[in-house]
Amino acid sequence: MKRNREQQGSRRDFLRSAFAVGVSSAVISVEQIRAASSKMRSTDNAKTFAFFRPEEAAFVSAAVDRFIPPDEEWPGAVDAGVVEYIDQQMAGKWGSAGYMYWHGPFKEGTPSQGYQLPLTPAELFRRAIAAINQHFTTQATPFHQLSTDKQDEYLETLLANKTTLNGVPSKVFADFLLQHTIEGFFADPIYGGNRNMVGWKMLGFPGPYADYYELIDQYGIKVDRDPVSIGSSPRHHAM
Amino acid sequence: MAEKLKPVDVVVVGVGFMGAIMAKELAAAGLTVVGLERGKKRWTVPEFQSPDIHDELKYSIRKGMMQDVTREAMTFRNNSSQEALPIRQWQAFLPGSDLGGSGVHWNGQTFRFTEADFVWHTRMQERYGKTFVDRNLIIQDWGITYDELEPYFDKFEYLLGTGGKAGNLNGKIQPGGNPFESWRSREYPNPPMKEQYGGVLFRKAASEMGYHPFVQPSSNMTRPYTNPEGLQLNACNYCGFCERYACEHFAKATPQTVILPVLLKNPNFELRTEAQVLRVNLDGHKKRATGVTYADATGREFEQPADLVIITTYALNNARMMLLSGIGKPYDPQTGEGVIGRNYAYQTTGDVYVFYDESVNINPFMAAGASGTLIDDFNDDNFDHGPHGFIGGSYIMSALTNGRPIEFHPTPPGTRDWGKEWKAAIRRHYNHTAHMLIHGSSMPTRTNYLDLDPTYKDAWGLPLLRVTFEFPDNDVKMTQFCVDRAVEVGKRMGAKTVAGYPRKPPFTTQKYQTTHNTGGVIMGSDPNTSALNRYLQSWQAHNVFVVGASAYPQNPGYNPTDTLGALAYWSVDAIKKQYLKKPGALVSA
Repeated sequence: MKRNREQQGSRRDFLRSAFAVGVSSAVISVEQIRAASSKMRSTDNAKTFAFFRPEEAAFVSAAVDRFIPPDEEWPGAVDAGVVEYIDQQMAGKWGSAGYMYWHGPFKEGTPSQGYQLPLTPAELFRRAIAAINQHFTTQATPFHQLSTDKQDEYLETLLANKTTLNGVPSKVFADFLLQHTIEGFFADPIYGGNRNMVGWKMLGFPGPYADYYELIDQYGIKVDRDPVSIGSSPRHHAM
Repeated sequence: MAEKLKPVDVVVVGVGFMGAIMAKELAAAGLTVVGLERGKKRWTVPEFQSPDIHDELKYSIRKGMMQDVTREAMTFRNNSSQEALPIRQWQAFLPGSDLGGSGVHWNGQTFRFTEADFVWHTRMQERYGKTFVDRNLIIQDWGITYDELEPYFDKFEYLLGTGGKAGNLNGKIQPGGNPFESWRSREYPNPPMKEQYGGVLFRKAASEMGYHPFVQPSSNMTRPYTNPEGLQLNACNYCGFCERYACEHFAKATPQTVILPVLLKNPNFELRTEAQVLRVNLDGHKKRATGVTYADATGREFEQPADLVIITTYALNNARMMLLSGIGKPYDPQTGEGVIGRNYAYQTTGDVYVFYDESVNINPFMAAGASGTLIDDFNDDNFDHGPHGFIGGSYIMSALTNGRPIEFHPTPPGTRDWGKEWKAAIRRHYNHTAHMLIHGSSMPTRTNYLDLDPTYKDAWGLPLLRVTFEFPDNDVKMTQFCVDRAVEVGKRMGAKTVAGYPRKPPFTTQKYQTTHNTGGVIMGSDPNTSALNRYLQSWQAHNVFVVGASAYPQNPGYNPTDTLGALAYWSVDAIKKQYLKKPGALVSA
């Protein structure tokens, strides 16, 4: 009995979270959610996330791969682990506004005053992505199944602040997502992104372990050693 | 009710660079000194060690070394008609915290202000006439001269182990140095830094144009050095993790490397960390401080009585501490009266990017915090401002302090900010772009000021500091002029594309510029227009000294730390030689 209840509970949680995405929508169906998440799974091996729900991960994966798309030589954001990076950030202290002054009153400010919404980064992501996914339930195709041109077009409208997402100015969310994409592509791999240091290899950044005393005045020299990350670096101490 | 502690001679509020200097000198003079630091202890070993210290996300993006904004933020607005709102995450400027303060994460850029800077108001009137300066600017003289301060500059630079080449030795111009600098009594303690490739390319172009390039004076060590306190430093290895980071190599002059170990050995000194000072207490007449009240990490309050209170909490926090304690009349922008919060200034910076073809490897990651090559031809009063209609100026410096990729991935103008084209562009330009910093002065106005916020509070229930600031027209003209000059140099550097970005209003809290906030508790010779006399002593309470860039009546185009260190030594010398013999006002009002 106990076991059954747990199973029921987890199913209820899943349904509740699935419907929460629709918020006020009556049109969204469980089938659509399942279709979205199975599509996501097919590209991502049934990955489980700490923060993202399957339908959120489907959108984020598609969007960040447009911000930094794969090309012939270098992987895109998804293969570099950017979705895992953002997931970990949202699940942790950053996502819960643990690095921000978080006292009210929260009021609308000028761009010079910076972020003033009463939403933690995690709440901002959840709320905005819910609105995006809801928007696409009224379309024939969900965002992650659109052509890349159509995806780019939609991201442009978000970045140009042409809409609001459950009350969130779309530019606030889109800039946030782009900034996190760049962080995930270039931060040290200990944070889950920049897998195999691809971001650094692509640019030619040799990583955080560095001693250039002998090289700095060999002007124009080409450095092509593999980078070293915090995780792969030997621990050395000055004393 | 605060627990009352045993009285001491001196309490120092904030144990950063200036707090450490003041405490060290006074403890060595035989006084009992307590240093109250709001943050934690931290040392080169183990806290600053590699590889963990080289974490761009933790330190550059999440601001791991900075004032804990979750507890103590500031509010901001561009003008008095707006409602100030909290800066919820540091971006434009980065006040430090914990033992050593901002002196741990600074870059080591070590410039002296000039003879003209200390008599700026007089100098502008003499050279350009009484009507030349924009009437909205409230520039002032400092009440001190360069000649008086020179020995203290020298003392601070030898403490730091600054590397450079003198440009003016006792009035005689020296080849290889900055010919515009004011006289210095002897050479720098160490030779100049190695130059970066971008600096070499800049030097050539600037020389061809008749300018006077030189290597930036740096407090990143250029060779092993033992300072006058007997502390040993190592040579910098140009790792590219200097500003916003702590140095793991004992190669950057910081409180930890140049003074704190000596201070802590003195039994007259006691360090208390995680001690958040809430206010300076005054006697019934408000003419004398009786000590300070602070809260420890568990929230217990203590009253620390002291005969002398030294406030060294960073420029902006110094102004707030004076306002919270009721020392000095708060400035009122309507009437122009009051002294605390006035003459708040910043730094007006611009950028120029020089985009080379792929045969030129700039290697931006091979860098120190202060390994630039610059010209001073368009800074300060080093050129005739008559035809230009503004005062002040900027140095133009080819410098890349790092190649850390979350923040450094330049693209030419017109490149989209994301997608396939952006990805190709950042890859194409990352290692083939030189950068110039246009680092300019900031003039005070009647309408830029600091006061206490009426709404927002810190974690101890005290009002946050409210910053009201916009770039004055004078400075907007100045920075455009200097960026134009830098673009001309860039075009001679042999690159395909040169892009200039002068700073334009509105000032935004959202883009990093510098942490060179100045003013708010300024020094001067008139108690109606300054909070401190020439010895950094409060006009109102003679046993309160306030050491910080808060003392600057306006901010010249040079980095502020060297002048601040000189002022600290000047002030503590006056305390030792004059004040202790006869406590009271060192200058009669």
